[in-house]
Amino acid sequence: MNTAMMLDSHVLAKRIRLHALRMTSAGGGSHIGAILSCADILAVLYGGVINVDSKAPESPSRDRFILSKGHAGGGLYAALAERGFFPVEKLQTHYQDGSELSGHVSHKLPGIDVSTGALGHGLSIAAGMAYAGKLREARHRVYCLLSDGECDEGSTWEAALFASHHRLTNLVAIVDYNRIQGIAPVAEVLELEPFADKWISFGWAVREVDGHDHEALQRTLEAAPLAAGKPSCIIAHTTKGKGVSFMENSVLWHYRIPRGAEFDAALVELEARS
Amino acid sequence: MRDSFVAVLTELASQHPELMLLTGDLGFGVLNSYAAGFPRQFLNAGVAEQNMSGLAAGLALEGHCVFTYSIGNFPTLRCLEQIRNDICYHGANVKIVCIGGGMSYGPVGFSHHATEDLSILRSLPGMLVLSPSDLWEAAEATRYLVTHRGPAYLRLDKSAAPVDLRFGESFRPGTIRTVREGSDVTLAATGGILEEALLAADTLSEQGIFCRVLSVHTIKPLDTETLAAAASETGGIISIEEHAVDGGLGGAIAESLMEAGVFPGFFVRMGLRNTFSSVIGSQKYLRTVYSLDAASIYRTVSAKMGFPAEVLS
Repeated sequence: MNTAMMLDSHVLAKRIRLHALRMTSAGGGSHIGAILSCADILAVLYGGVINVDSKAPESPSRDRFILSKGHAGGGLYAALAERGFFPVEKLQTHYQDGSELSGHVSHKLPGIDVSTGALGHGLSIAAGMAYAGKLREARHRVYCLLSDGECDEGSTWEAALFASHHRLTNLVAIVDYNRIQGIAPVAEVLELEPFADKWISFGWAVREVDGHDHEALQRTLEAAPLAAGKPSCIIAHTTKGKGVSFMENSVLWHYRIPRGAEFDAALVELEARS
Repeated sequence: MRDSFVAVLTELASQHPELMLLTGDLGFGVLNSYAAGFPRQFLNAGVAEQNMSGLAAGLALEGHCVFTYSIGNFPTLRCLEQIRNDICYHGANVKIVCIGGGMSYGPVGFSHHATEDLSILRSLPGMLVLSPSDLWEAAEATRYLVTHRGPAYLRLDKSAAPVDLRFGESFRPGTIRTVREGSDVTLAATGGILEEALLAADTLSEQGIFCRVLSVHTIKPLDTETLAAAASETGGIISIEEHAVDGGLGGAIAESLMEAGVFPGFFVRMGLRNTFSSVIGSQKYLRTVYSLDAASIYRTVSAKMGFPAEVLS
């Protein structure tokens, strides 16, 4: 990664959170909790770990990134805008009539290869891209960010089987493990524990990290592949709604739109973050 | 048709290094020579069609031309959302191949009968839908797909109509082949069941009824021009498909002619009517059970044309 193109990940994370708050509030879009949950992961990736260039968004040697948890699209839009892929002002169109910035992530925007939104699709596409990269002995990596909820999907595990069987060492799955899914806690819906053991038993090299600790995230991401001959899975322990006290660990804030006094209070908290 | 498909892929694979064949763990003995000859262009994705379709999208977005291959509904309905979202929405260069169109796998039972695929697949934006009727069409459709860009569906049948080519005829996707000229009635068929239409046409010609027989190898885009000509130049149109009548060949013809403002003298959709093919048996046997054999086509024509059907022995 060219250091001149790096952006301090803490600065980027703060901007992603502020953009996400404004975008979901103005657009009336949901999923602020999911975006705040993975804002630090996106910030570390787009702060410098991922090799991408806004001047050449389709460069064959770029790293690929698939946001399989497409409902956190607002977070990726914010990261890409801050990295210069499109003007930051464009974020204001999120969720608006005729906008390219759909609530679930859209490949109509530069820097985004794949539209998602239906859960459990991303890891298969990422595995296909990683397989193609292996075939031509390319050096780039394929990153895929998943939600914990979409680990309910059988297709996620079909892809997990495939990736280890074919030793896709260039594939890095990151699970945003905030333990709250659509309408209830993971533990009440379909328990994923022992979660790391599941990935290990599927043949992946697994590392668990604090998904809000930038240094730990960066260290782990840069260490991938985490074992020889295996795809890497980073289980990022996160807090849904991270950064806004009343949104944290709240099922309500998966869908709720921040407005009025709630918006103001959230803004104060997010602006106060270092 | 399956063998024609594999033969063409095997022939073209070395010239097209971007070509990849993914199977959902089917094709034992059939894909072996291809797999052995082109190991870098072959993947057995396992019994995991959703993943196979997502993989295909990922490979295609990286520049490959990907064929996914399985039986009946497995490469289509099982993974329909991956086809819609991952393949079609991205315009990914993926060709979905169904072995066993219609009731090809008759004795196996309804789970292996593909009888709603045409209507479902043709509703997807950007999807080319090919359903060849004879071995030549199957081979030529495959050849065409290797260089075609974008999503496509290829429905291959176990049965096949006899190949009857005009001198120098070339395969034109999107254009209906008139395999027999006639002006009394039009029999429009898709898939191997075209053979039943030809048999019925033979018997009818002995009665002085001359059928125009159309091979509708491309369901989408549909050749409205040829159909409109058939509607105005012949007494009526009968569509014949080993498929539900809802939204398949018959449905597509009705839509296109109605919209074009062309109305045939009569119109009959022969196919499965709100029923599962729950009886088992050979493809030929099931066509008699579900009134899709040559005799049923003959009876349909005789009823419409107003002469007794009993003359058919």
